[in-house]
Amino acid sequence: MILFVLDLVLMLMGLYVLITNRNLIKKVIGFAIMEHGLNLLLIMIGYRKGGEAPVVSPGMSVSAIPFVDPLPQAVVLTSIVIGLGITALMVGMCIRIYQRYGTFDIAEIRRLRG
Amino acid sequence: MNYIVLFAALPFLSAFLIPILRKVLKDKPLDILPVGVTLALSGMSAYMAFFRPEMPLVYQLGGWKIPFGISWLLDPLSLFMLVVVNVITFFVTVYSVNYMEQYTAKWKYYTLLMLMLGGLNSVVLAADIFDMYVFIEIAAVASYALVAFGTKTEEVEASFKYMVLGSIASAFILLGITFLYAKTSTLNMFDMASALSAQGASGNYLLFVSALFITGLGLKAALVPFHAWLPDAHPAAPAPISAMLSGLVIKTIGVYALVRIFFNVFQITPVTSELLLALGGLSMFVGVILAIGQWDFKRLLAYHSISQIGYVVCGIAVGTPLGIAGGLFHLMNHSVFKGLLFLNAGSVEYATGTRDLKQLSGLQEKMPHTSWTSLVASLSIAGVPPFCGFWSKLLVIFALFQAGRPFYGSLGILVGLITLGSFLKIQKYVFYRKIKEALNEVREVPALMCASMAALAVFCLVLGIWFKPVLDDMLMPAAEVLAAGKGYFLALTGK
Repeated sequence: MILFVLDLVLMLMGLYVLITNRNLIKKVIGFAIMEHGLNLLLIMIGYRKGGEAPVVSPGMSVSAIPFVDPLPQAVVLTSIVIGLGITALMVGMCIRIYQRYGTFDIAEIRRLRG
Repeated sequence: MNYIVLFAALPFLSAFLIPILRKVLKDKPLDILPVGVTLALSGMSAYMAFFRPEMPLVYQLGGWKIPFGISWLLDPLSLFMLVVVNVITFFVTVYSVNYMEQYTAKWKYYTLLMLMLGGLNSVVLAADIFDMYVFIEIAAVASYALVAFGTKTEEVEASFKYMVLGSIASAFILLGITFLYAKTSTLNMFDMASALSAQGASGNYLLFVSALFITGLGLKAALVPFHAWLPDAHPAAPAPISAMLSGLVIKTIGVYALVRIFFNVFQITPVTSELLLALGGLSMFVGVILAIGQWDFKRLLAYHSISQIGYVVCGIAVGTPLGIAGGLFHLMNHSVFKGLLFLNAGSVEYATGTRDLKQLSGLQEKMPHTSWTSLVASLSIAGVPPFCGFWSKLLVIFALFQAGRPFYGSLGILVGLITLGSFLKIQKYVFYRKIKEALNEVREVPALMCASMAALAVFCLVLGIWFKPVLDDMLMPAAEVLAAGKGYFLALTGK
């Protein structure tokens, strides 16, 4: 239980940095932390106490051994790839913004009013 | 292999082919490929809408049985969304052929557009909740890049803002999926619905997950407390992409995903229905109030998108078949007329180089086609009979009164009146004042742009006059899918 709470705290820390920090690069880091918190949570949900890797070999009785749930692991792989893609795009956009404004500080580059 | 796979396969395939073809063909134009693909897909979806295939059709990707593989579902609701998405995308692509000449690297634009279309089509067809999330992300990433396509300062900044809020939204959606998976141990939506009802999952748990989904998908759909990115992102994009974003993206990856999960997987409860109604009513009102003071053509339209999405959500959240049909009808009409309005704004910008309403005037004589199509679209969005916006707004408002929600119903009428005023302002400033000298040299936009605008304007009128067959044959079956709630998915569990 404590692990789940710590993990949610990690995620919320990432979210906090993403929302409140004024530096664009730190925002990207915040996003990465949030993404990793989420992936960890997904992996932990698939964990079974004393579970083994879900690989079945011949002559093994499937019901006797507790396996960890393999589905979240597959899901996490996809989610990591998506996170990587978005991080790359964000960093690329940061480079563009830096070329235009010469700063990473969001307070100095705000033109749009929302 | 089933033919519904083509809706994802063709756009994704052409997205990969375009960069290769560009190497092979050097600088010869390759417009024919995206136009051909979207024409084929819109023709296919229209064919399916007329000669309805057997529905609901559950397709297992790779032939894996339900709990293991990814399943796709074609039912009246997804068919309806497919028609809307593909037909609008076809006209947007035709419009882009001339419009995107202003920019360099047109092939990159087509690649991203095809990725976005593939993502949208797959979101509509997915019956696996994680699959849906992945395709939401594909469509969203393509749209982040497309918003920054012009690489001007405001565009890059708007894109970054959109990206930050969009990735927060995705995180909330994935968190919601994680919690649902922890409870049900399945990602298939049919299984999920049956597991949730078999366990009798506690109301509080579902409410918590619902809150996560409302935050995530509400951000994607730009409902009011979550709308801050939309008025920056939509005007910053090139005009055809603004039309796609306002017309399709916020509806498909926002509203459609929201209602699919809330109605068919969770079954709508009085609490969530009340919450969605409140969000919809708020969007309706705040969007139109913020739109009043805008002088940027596209920004004004973007605020109206927030307001019109409010009608859609209000209509669907009422939960009666009439309300849902009205909401879906408004979704369709909004795609048509808001897409058209953004294309008009793009034409005005293409011809004059500005979108500031105060600098424009009297373009009616110089740009007759843009002018009359824009008049049709404005009358439609303002809800003037016999154009299409009138009937869908009438249905939504009527359903709200009928369901004992006179407050939201009257709010709908009030917002409709303010919308009319706001669009009269656009018409007056852009098309009907005395022309300024600086604009004397303006000429009408190229023929393909005119043609796609004219086609959408004809749709506004056709949907308005022959709304009865559309309502009976397409919208009522789609509304019944949602009104049947969880039971609809429970019936599909065994297939």
